[in-house]
Amino acid sequence: MIPALALAVGVVLGLLVQPSVPVSVQPYLPIAVVAALDAVFGGVRALLDGIFDDKVFVVSFVSNALVAAVMVFLGDQLGVGGQLSTAVIVVLGIRIFQNLAAIRRHLFRA
Amino acid sequence: MTTGRELGQLRPTRSTLLVGLLAGILGFALVIQVRSRQEVDTFAGARQEDLAEILDDLNAREERLRLDIDELERTRDRLTGSAGRDEVALVEARRRAEVLGILAGTLPATGPGLRLTIEDPAGTVTAEVLLDAIQELRDAGAEAMMLNGVRLVASSFVVGDGEGVAVDGTAITAPYRFVAIGAASTLAAAMEIPGGVVDVVASLTDARVVVDPRPSVLVDALRTLRPPVYARPSQPE
Repeated sequence: MIPALALAVGVVLGLLVQPSVPVSVQPYLPIAVVAALDAVFGGVRALLDGIFDDKVFVVSFVSNALVAAVMVFLGDQLGVGGQLSTAVIVVLGIRIFQNLAAIRRHLFRA
Repeated sequence: MTTGRELGQLRPTRSTLLVGLLAGILGFALVIQVRSRQEVDTFAGARQEDLAEILDDLNAREERLRLDIDELERTRDRLTGSAGRDEVALVEARRRAEVLGILAGTLPATGPGLRLTIEDPAGTVTAEVLLDAIQELRDAGAEAMMLNGVRLVASSFVVGDGEGVAVDGTAITAPYRFVAIGAASTLAAAMEIPGGVVDVVASLTDARVVVDPRPSVLVDALRTLRPPVYARPSQPE
């Protein structure tokens, strides 16, 4: 309950504050957000499986976002930033789909 | 270790707060990212190579458009320039055509001048007298003349065969009516000099001459031009 409320509070805060993204962070924020989404869906799936561990969730959330951002940063330095961010997005997208499929099976038994 | 039951409850523990904090950060980042995509223009996220390509495209396009502008400006200048020249040339050509038309007798002419009428019931006025009259009118500066409906020009001739008189091949009979355009008083004075037309006609039997200067006379007899058969324009020296 509290995480859901916190998510809503974060959205409202973002709408109210309307901060501008610093230029240096701009290429990495979208990737980090997608990575965090992957971690959240993984957490929900673990919750439904009954194996949720807050420590695992926190570590996976932070490391997912950081690793995704670092990979894009590395790609930019190597001159393959565009392709590497596409690769990261594809991998994360596949994982999100898998997690969502597991959640769906839990919720609808189908 | 936190169980699912604990997360579902409203009572905050350290672990649920931590998870909540991360969820809040996610929501916040999600929203500002979405908003920044709407605000920032499409080039902000583009990579250096893409930007260079776009810039190259724009430069090539600018070059093409610049060439188009040059081309169109040249065309415009040519058109306006030639239009102006054509107009001047047309005005000049019209003016020349009018001058030449009056000289050659292809245009009617009007202006100050005189009417000269020679009455000759006895038929004693000869072609020579009429020719003298034409020459004296010319000498006095007549610019356009006609005699009994025949336009008198540079090539005009008067023929007498003892029975009648013909001008440019057209037989005419008395009274002989001249109409001449020129300085009216000069023309009239030229007719009346001693030994001139008036004197000569007065010496002939029954013949009478009337000189009638007017502020405006009309020479409306016309002549059709024949193109020259042998003469060709030559280049001026």
